[in-house]
Amino acid sequence: MSIPILTLLVLVPLVGALVASLLAKSNESIVKNVALVSSITTGLLSVWMLIKFPTGSAGFEFVSKHSWVSEWGISWHLGVDGISLFLVVLTGILFPLVIVGIDPHHDHKQYLVWMLVLEAGVMGSFLSLDLFLFFVFFEIVLVPMYFLIGKWGYDQRIYAATKFFIYTMAGSAFMLVGIVATAFLARRDIGYLSFDLIEIAEKSNFATSTGRWLFVGFVIAFAVKVPLFPLHTWLPDAHTQAPTGGSVILAGVLLKMGTYGMLRFGVYLFPEAAVWAKPVLLTLAVIGIIYGAIAATMQKDLKRLVAYSSVAHLGFIVLGTFALTNQAITGGVMQMVNHGISTGALFLMVGMIYERRHTRVIAELKGIQAVAPIFAGFFMLIMLSSIGLPGLNGFVGEFLILIGSFPTARWWVVAATTGVILAALYLLWAYQRVFHGEPDEANKSFAEITKREAMLLSVFVAAIVFTGVYPKPMLNRIEPSVKSLLEHVESRSNYKQPEFKAGE
Amino acid sequence: MLAANMFVGPEIDWFKISPFLVMLGGVLLLILAGSLTPQWKKGAYGIVGALTAAGAAVFTALLWRDLADSAPSSLLANALTFSKFTLFATFSIAIATLLAILVTSGFLVRENEDGPEIFALILSAAIGGMVMVQANDLIVMFLGLETLSLAFYLLTASSRSRSASGEAGLKYFVLGGFASAFFLYGVALVFGATGSTNIDAIAASLSKDMVLGGSSAMLLAGIALLLVGFGFKVSLVPFHTWTADVYQGAPTPITALMGSVGKTAAFVALLRVFSDALSSRSDDWRPVVVVIAILTLVVGSVLAVVQTDVKRMLAYSSISHAGFILVGLVAAGQVASADASLGTSGTLAYLFIYSILVIGTLGIVTVVAGKGDNETSLDAFKGLGKSNPVLAMGMTVLLLAQAGVPLTSGFVAKFGIIRAAVSTGSYTLAVVAMLAAVIAAFLYLRIMVSMWLSEGTTSRDVSVAFSTRIAIGLCVAATVVLGFFPSLLLQFTSQN
Repeated sequence: MSIPILTLLVLVPLVGALVASLLAKSNESIVKNVALVSSITTGLLSVWMLIKFPTGSAGFEFVSKHSWVSEWGISWHLGVDGISLFLVVLTGILFPLVIVGIDPHHDHKQYLVWMLVLEAGVMGSFLSLDLFLFFVFFEIVLVPMYFLIGKWGYDQRIYAATKFFIYTMAGSAFMLVGIVATAFLARRDIGYLSFDLIEIAEKSNFATSTGRWLFVGFVIAFAVKVPLFPLHTWLPDAHTQAPTGGSVILAGVLLKMGTYGMLRFGVYLFPEAAVWAKPVLLTLAVIGIIYGAIAATMQKDLKRLVAYSSVAHLGFIVLGTFALTNQAITGGVMQMVNHGISTGALFLMVGMIYERRHTRVIAELKGIQAVAPIFAGFFMLIMLSSIGLPGLNGFVGEFLILIGSFPTARWWVVAATTGVILAALYLLWAYQRVFHGEPDEANKSFAEITKREAMLLSVFVAAIVFTGVYPKPMLNRIEPSVKSLLEHVESRSNYKQPEFKAGE
Repeated sequence: MLAANMFVGPEIDWFKISPFLVMLGGVLLLILAGSLTPQWKKGAYGIVGALTAAGAAVFTALLWRDLADSAPSSLLANALTFSKFTLFATFSIAIATLLAILVTSGFLVRENEDGPEIFALILSAAIGGMVMVQANDLIVMFLGLETLSLAFYLLTASSRSRSASGEAGLKYFVLGGFASAFFLYGVALVFGATGSTNIDAIAASLSKDMVLGGSSAMLLAGIALLLVGFGFKVSLVPFHTWTADVYQGAPTPITALMGSVGKTAAFVALLRVFSDALSSRSDDWRPVVVVIAILTLVVGSVLAVVQTDVKRMLAYSSISHAGFILVGLVAAGQVASADASLGTSGTLAYLFIYSILVIGTLGIVTVVAGKGDNETSLDAFKGLGKSNPVLAMGMTVLLLAQAGVPLTSGFVAKFGIIRAAVSTGSYTLAVVAMLAAVIAAFLYLRIMVSMWLSEGTTSRDVSVAFSTRIAIGLCVAATVVLGFFPSLLLQFTSQN
């Protein structure tokens, strides 16, 4: 590779943020253009990377490796494989959409700068192949998100932002100790101190109990981020209080850093421990699915409802991850992307409703379908994708997770399936209350979707329908990496996944 | 018993003590020339002080180059030690002094109190600190400690307009006097048990397990008293109670000096005594230090969170940081591990980085406090993000660094300590330290909320003196640059 494309994916937004922050506040349009150019460039680069990505490759592509802190054995090591590929592309595309489509109302410059810093951080997290580097990106993301929620959010924004920051940082505290311990304990097997993910995963040979402790350290951090029941309580607050752009990014890509981390740094580094911890994590995931769904049903605030639905959906992803079969993990990876698209779009639409009505309370909304049918149509489609209707993207991922988990986690799947039904319940019921019926006085003037909003949502809808109808190109790129991950797990533990082949 | 011919003076390598000589020259110049001539131009005293500190830093750097290929040695008849570790600590103190003088200069001009005395005292404190870190003998270390402390007592009480300053000075003086007494008594008992006050000799005597008097009770009591004395100086829990009042009462730039030069000197001395002189007795003192470290981390962080005055907040946060640094000492005391030296190097890096952070942070507090140095409540920072975004951004960087967010020097510092703790097997302590850092992060967030997210009421004119601006700029720049390129610092600290 002559162009260090992955490095560019991280640096372009960062440079954009730097340039934008140096411009005068009054130059609002120039600042906006800088933000647009850098985020769109990043998006295009990520798409170009997707096109160039060799289908069927199981290893890391476009690898770029340079020494960073040689005293500590830390390197700038980036790479992308089937597991991270679509998350990177999702990040690359979601950010320009959010920057174009959502108006922060005040302090545009600062908002855009933080958005770009956030993008660099998220990109870096998905691309890092060095434990230290990953931690740096994983943690740095907190700062822009903190400010986005705290400055541009709603009434309880400072409480929510602080809670978000402290929760995540507390999780990371365990991971940092885990990372350092991993590197030092692996030193004996490798021969020198290295924080390199691949090196540690391939060469290390932790004692069983050591590996388990380290795994727990990592998983606590990721469980907060996902969030996994019972560490989820920051999420409804953060989501509800965040500005629309923040919610979309939070749901779209930020939470995925947790589930992605579980795969990349949990299962890959500590295969034996992952097998060992399987029952606990599966149980927590299923509790999350059902609890999230029930809690969502009870919500009075539309945004909070979507937030709780996230808890449920992420539960499915964790279920798929720790079912440890090719199909389930492939489904999980796919669902990470799908959830980003569907829930991101849902938050976007809730934001649009709030812009018009200045309320998100379900009881105050009524009969919107009668006055804004196209708007309702968009909402319906996105909602159905979130429910997992066949033909739309949500179905593919969820179905793969359930079918793939059945052989290894039967009773958990049985319980989790009720979550699918509950999802239909809370979303359809919400839809009914908000969109059906006769609009009352306040809702009569609900404006129909604007051209800009429609164009923005069309991108999401296109992705929803395309993936739902024709998931094969995506699956083809995800599967080889998942397969090789599981081979790694099988070779390093006494776990064997049951013999069954996906219908090919 | 001493024969007359023993009074031949020791051979003196003048170049190797040049940092001291430069500092001393600066002090004499300020006191003599300053008192014999009419009032200089505004800020001129500060420039002399800053140049002196910078000169000392340059000479230290030159010595470092010479040292690169020679083994550690001792100076002045074994009174001072001369190694990479102590030389870097000296450098660190010189740099911190330079930055603190820059902040002080702007402060004094603003308060119309410009004069040579304060700078002379600051430089004296720096000399005391440098003697402490290079001391190879507990008595010499005590001399350094007293020089440092006496200068600090005066500096703390130096504000004539604020009564809190005098009160804090007296408080500090009384408690600091106690601490010195504890320290000296500890030295006496260790001398009684080992027959020497020389650090190398104590270490040699203890490693042979020869305790005079046949009992180690005297030695243990000595160790305990030393720990109490140091505990006061670096404000470890439960010897921390003076910290908040003194930090709050002292003129803000002096608080910065205490947090940087004072901490560095006392901690390096602590490290020298415990991990060099008493290393073979680490089984005796390590458990105690572990308990103190945990207490300091937790109490410091928790009490920091409930304060409403920024200077008090930073006082408690400095206690929490002290707990973090102590984790490095615990690691350094794990003599059985090949990685024990990571504790020493991690501590050294932490002290350097923290010095810069604390001067930058308190430099900004100095600015915000305004004329009279009184506006240090959390409310005073309200709306700073609107009225002075550059200053607020600088503060944000420094606070994030103190919280240990990656890509700032603060993370490098924390990582170094955690690395040392983990490599020597102190996993629980590492986790406790990290969690305490999370609690402390809440405090930094509170200041950030006040600056950026609260609706501002600050209409006060916040003006930043030129020298203060340089100091804050340097601190922020160093924080970011070291965050991105830790090697710039680590190549120096990890070689000992």
